[in-house]
Amino acid sequence: MKKFFIGFAFVSLLIAGVLSYFASGDPDGLDKTVEDTGIAAHAQEHPLAGSAFADYALGGDDKFTGLAGVLGVVVVLALSFGLFWVLRKKTPQNDLADR
Amino acid sequence: MHMSDGLLNAPTSVAFLVIAALGVGFALVRARTDLDDRTAPMAGLVATFIFAVQMINFPILPGASGHLLGGALAAILVGPYVGALCVTIVLVVQCLLFADGGLTALGANVTNMALIGTATGFLVAVALRKLAGQGTGGLAAVAFVSAFVNTVVASTGFVVEYAIGGAGGVGIGKVALLMWGLHALIGIGEGLITAITVTSVAKIRPDLVYLLRGSQKPLEVRS
Repeated sequence: MKKFFIGFAFVSLLIAGVLSYFASGDPDGLDKTVEDTGIAAHAQEHPLAGSAFADYALGGDDKFTGLAGVLGVVVVLALSFGLFWVLRKKTPQNDLADR
Repeated sequence: MHMSDGLLNAPTSVAFLVIAALGVGFALVRARTDLDDRTAPMAGLVATFIFAVQMINFPILPGASGHLLGGALAAILVGPYVGALCVTIVLVVQCLLFADGGLTALGANVTNMALIGTATGFLVAVALRKLAGQGTGGLAAVAFVSAFVNTVVASTGFVVEYAIGGAGGVGIGKVALLMWGLHALIGIGEGLITAITVTSVAKIRPDLVYLLRGSQKPLEVRS
């Protein structure tokens, strides 16, 4: 049971930490749409564009994309696990109901 | 599919912040019944996996790419309410930690990808539930179709938002055609990733696939 969860987390780490270097740098569907129509001229810079990990880099250096990815994985895992663990139904009754 | 600030006017951005807050609040209330000691860790891992895979933009045309949205994937694995929360957490972390997706645009982005995408993916998957219970091929087909539809319908969210209060006065037909054309291609990638992920999980832990619960003999879980 534990093996599956650890494996799933490991796959996520590998994707964000290593595979992320091979991601396409071209604009995605929405960015392409707003660029081709000129809507993009109205886009404003993100208020946090100067923050340390902006654009999945470290201080603007995308040699560190993998590191940013690993950090993101850790933060999302901690936040979501925490939220869902707090929200869950307590299980003594569940366990009995399941059998 | 993260829009930056400034593409929608202020009233529209605020309206969608309110819509997103209401939707996420509703999901928070309903998610409780789908979360227990087994599914809560799974939900955390699904959110994490979506974050990781969203980093991987895949090419669709020369000069254009796409990435997973994850609504159908989350809905099939952990249900629509928990799934919407998974995608929301990803979008909030991307916005606040990585400056990806505007701050005032967060409401519209959550509405499109977390609410519309997850709800659409779930509705399609449930409509095809019978097929999903018929082995790996059936499940893969259901995952592919619901993910494809989730991508195209979520992209329609931006079209509607732009029609309501978009900057620049570009004709809505042009925006719609570009969004749908590009996201039909992205939807194929979304479908493939979702099908591979869901069938992999189902092979190892079918009891952790929300869509399959009730459609097959429950596994005896011993800890």
